[in-house]
Amino acid sequence: MSTQVPQQTDETDAETEPDAAEEPSKGDLRREKKAERAAEREREAEAAENAAAGGNTRELKVFRFDPEIEGKQEPRFDEFHVPFEKGMTVLDALIYARDTYDSSLTFRHSCRQAVCGSDAMFVNGQQRLACKTQLSELSEPVRVEPLPHADVRKDLVVDMEHFYDQMDAVEPFFDADELPEDELAEQRQSRQNREKVKMSTRCIWCGACMSSCNIAAGDNQYLGPAALNKAYRFAMDDREGEARKQERLEIIEQEHGVWRCQTQFSCTEVCPKDIPLTEHIQELKREAVKNNLKFW
Amino acid sequence: MSQSHNRGLIEDFGRWREFRAGMWAWIFHKFTGWVLVGYLFTHIAVLSTAIPASGQETAVLQAGDDVYTQTIVTLEELLLVRILEVGLLAVAVFHILNGTRLLFIDLGVGLESQDKSFYASLILTGLITVASVPTFLAGAF
Ligand code: HEM
Ligand code: SF4
Ligand code: FES
Repeated sequence: MSTQVPQQTDETDAETEPDAAEEPSKGDLRREKKAERAAEREREAEAAENAAAGGNTRELKVFRFDPEIEGKQEPRFDEFHVPFEKGMTVLDALIYARDTYDSSLTFRHSCRQAVCGSDAMFVNGQQRLACKTQLSELSEPVRVEPLPHADVRKDLVVDMEHFYDQMDAVEPFFDADELPEDELAEQRQSRQNREKVKMSTRCIWCGACMSSCNIAAGDNQYLGPAALNKAYRFAMDDREGEARKQERLEIIEQEHGVWRCQTQFSCTEVCPKDIPLTEHIQELKREAVKNNLKFW
Repeated sequence: MSQSHNRGLIEDFGRWREFRAGMWAWIFHKFTGWVLVGYLFTHIAVLSTAIPASGQETAVLQAGDDVYTQTIVTLEELLLVRILEVGLLAVAVFHILNGTRLLFIDLGVGLESQDKSFYASLILTGLITVASVPTFLAGAF
């Protein structure tokens, strides 16, 4: 970065505002909107309080564990009573609990709209994305735990390193045999081929599927549903070419690859992006068989 | 992902409520498969009594006093054995029906209705088992 002070241009308002005598100025409009929003927030806060007073709260039982603090090393469950609002998700409730009752409550979240994949948790006995799970659909008390079969770092935060390693192991990037002459040329995919891989591209790396699979739980080397789905996404991409596909199939059909799947369908049940994981794994199995069995 | 925080024995056992159709099918399939393997060995043990029986005299054989016939008759007299036979049929029928379901899944057929085909296997198993009861229990009382 340069240390130069950016030149200060003297900005005179080029667009002189229309005469503010009758019409309110843009600034006024903005301020009005702001006041409205503030009032809205106040109303919401009030509604939350009323809800709490009126007993319209939801009970959350949240797993707590902190290896670094003596007295918190023994896992326990904390109860939180969160005022319920229409449309409230488990993540909203956790955020409320953290901001209102206990700032040490730890969990990952970012996008709050099922895009970033940070907040897969074990809610009422199932792997779910907290930001995509409506409180109204859950029976009380809502039990929130970190993902099973993963090392817990703190509270609801688990170690994702192993999951990411498995994802990396399938080389999850587009890598065509032949590149177009012109570096910047588009590498087009047919509509049919795009349809074929469409669902598999949706993965947000949340790890819910891996956590739900008890084959993955018993075999740390098993690539797992998400990684195999990633492998599917590229192995089925027609643009990559035959040589690359062979390499991909070798990864897929290794000892701890596709054959470990025993079609429990638990990954498919929990995937928040509705990816038909088992279907993709089964198709890869058939692909692997076709690749190895040649009768001619 | 094999590590996990300890949720305690009671909790682990409470986990069955969280299973869905596909997982139940998997558990039942393993269970019935291994019951069948277990039965295979007892079956071989019982049938093996035919080997010493074959050395016995014709008169003994004709009278039905040989080891083999005696073993079978003694076993079939027991109500418990009759009931176990009904159980064995149920186990075998479920394993075959669900095994067929799994073969279809391997072929990529009907993956969207995998839960329904599991329930169908269960119901069919139940029906066949109930229908078999008169045959298995005939003359047991
Ligand atoms: C028509 C008869 C049968 C059919 C269609 C059938 C089908 C199947 C299939 C498809 C599987 C694989 C399950 C998976 O992918 O997870 C399986 C597993 C198994 N079968 Fe059978 N089976 C039959 C008879 C038997 C018999 C007679 C026995 C015992 C002697 C047996 C014992 C087992 C066992 C122990 C397993 C589990 C293997 C494992 O742990 O993965 N099956 N069966
Ligand atoms: S496949 Fe689904 S459950 Fe698995 S990591 Fe991707 S989005 Fe999450
Ligand atoms: S917060 Fe991003 S997926 Fe839930």
